[in-house]
Amino acid sequence: MPLDPDPAIFRAVASAIVPEAAALDEQGWHDLNQVVEALLRDRPESLKRQLRIFLRAIQWLPVVRYGRPFTRLHPAARQRVLAHLQNDRIQKVRVGFCGLRTIVLAGYYGRRQAAQAIGYAASPRGWEALR
Amino acid sequence: MTTGERTYDIVIVGSGAGGGTVAQELSPLCRQGLRIAVLEKGPRLRDEEFTGRELEMAGALYEDGGGFLTADGAMTIAFGCAYGGSTVVYTGTSMLPPERVIRRWDVPGLTHADLDCRARKFMAENNAHLVEDGLINENNKLFVEGCRKLNYDVQQFPVNIKGCRGSSLCNLGCPNQAKQGTDRVQLPRAERNGVEVVTRCQALRVGEKTLAVRVAAKPAGAKGDPSPWEPGDYQIEAKIIVLCAGAVNTPALLLRSGMGRSLPRLGYGFTSHPAFIIVGEHAHPITNFVGHPKSYYVDQFAESEHFVLETCMYFPFITAKSLAGFGEPHSAFMRAFPRLQMILVLACDEADGYNRVGIDKAGRPVVHYRFQHEAIRGLIRGAITSAKILFAAGAVRVHMPVARDTTIEARDAARLEEIEAAAEFQPGKVPVSAAHPQGGCGMGSGPSNSVTDSYGRVHGLPWLYVADASLFPNSLEINPYVTIMALADRVAQRIREEVPALL
Repeated sequence: MPLDPDPAIFRAVASAIVPEAAALDEQGWHDLNQVVEALLRDRPESLKRQLRIFLRAIQWLPVVRYGRPFTRLHPAARQRVLAHLQNDRIQKVRVGFCGLRTIVLAGYYGRRQAAQAIGYAASPRGWEALR
Repeated sequence: MTTGERTYDIVIVGSGAGGGTVAQELSPLCRQGLRIAVLEKGPRLRDEEFTGRELEMAGALYEDGGGFLTADGAMTIAFGCAYGGSTVVYTGTSMLPPERVIRRWDVPGLTHADLDCRARKFMAENNAHLVEDGLINENNKLFVEGCRKLNYDVQQFPVNIKGCRGSSLCNLGCPNQAKQGTDRVQLPRAERNGVEVVTRCQALRVGEKTLAVRVAAKPAGAKGDPSPWEPGDYQIEAKIIVLCAGAVNTPALLLRSGMGRSLPRLGYGFTSHPAFIIVGEHAHPITNFVGHPKSYYVDQFAESEHFVLETCMYFPFITAKSLAGFGEPHSAFMRAFPRLQMILVLACDEADGYNRVGIDKAGRPVVHYRFQHEAIRGLIRGAITSAKILFAAGAVRVHMPVARDTTIEARDAARLEEIEAAAEFQPGKVPVSAAHPQGGCGMGSGPSNSVTDSYGRVHGLPWLYVADASLFPNSLEINPYVTIMALADRVAQRIREEVPALL
């Protein structure tokens, strides 16, 4: 089950956390979502629920300040919204953002294509693979 | 679900540094006809299943995939859950117990000389040695270079490897079976001597010389062999029970068995090494994801400033998770991966009256953890010291998780003290992951100050022993596995002496 029924919200948040994600094609998003789903599969339902609520809050909180939801903000404003959550005075909010950030980073960097793109090429063959 | 009954003379819960050692040291008793079983919650993987792929291996070998969260969600704790426990996923760094720490523990009947002697036995058994120069990568060499320029006392880790090919994948389980963990040395020897190992078997409760356990089915598509027992619940009778499930799961098991009332210190005294990485970017690629990842350390600041520095090299996701922030500054470091040098900052925390292992309503372990002032200072001081080392080694910029602007350019290296003064540590914002969970069943003289005696015997229960890192009455301050083995060896010796009386 995806983190949010509206994929646009997750994609907007993910692209703000990892700007390179904005360039993913449909297959790339599919792969990313699969990693996220696998990661959350055995996690308690309460945790998944909290993440969904947090994602929804990110979508609608900007309406108060910017007059529009997160998905309709320009990239710089999206960065500001997320920075505000990351630095929030309330620890639970910071922890919630950290959890969402972790999920996004796992989804993006957990894909083999992302590892290749950043030049990570560890091999079980170790030094031999380098020669 | 099957409901079965089993009977053993000795049951060992857990197969890591503690359980593997106890299993090996007691296994000669099998020749005298004693029945001994090791119960391991995690799976037993076949050699070819160690692929080095990050999320796949983390999910197969770690509790909660390596993301076990503290109660407030501000820190993750990494520990293994597989045949071999955390010895499958450590880097093999083999350290003797420090004399000053053992003296400060002040456990009646426990001497440094005794522990040291036992620890050396396991160092030799596990082939702990210094990696030869030709196999050291630039990530490690640059650390040494930076430390020497700053006159820091840099030291090399002995590591317990045999036939290492330098995959750098130690923390994902060595794909070449080079690391000499209990899965490679002690458990196979114990099994050859007749000890049974039951994987995917979780201990639910301890009763009077009994254990209630649950054997899980192998999930579809999961790694590892199925359990040798049919899935289901079992009641096991055992004359001696030895708990080696680690500093999170052993106290939790005793708590859900209702032993908190008679053992008021149960769960208390929990410590760990809260840690984060400091990353430096060099102008040119360096060898970093090849070679043994953890060859050197600096511990001269452990006593005075509460931190230890170690070389390290992680994988894409865990690196991304460990860097603070998000967006372009974060991505810029990730794109520089082949040019990254990494240092792990480990804070040395102290047992206090708050940090502890508890259980939730369902009996699952909950770690209540609050960052102590000294640990926060240790992380900040360690971060600044690491940045100095990285710049001294030639890094052009450094990622600083505790600074407002997390990217520090080399031209600002002279401002590091100023950056330290303005540094801030907000739990939940700065990504902290702890290794080496310790305590919760501390050794001591009686129930008012401890859970066990110096031989791991639970106060008031002569048939129940603990033999893992939960025995530590306070932080060990270093990588703990050799000390755990030394303590487990003591426990096994005492059990051998007590066998005639207990069986």
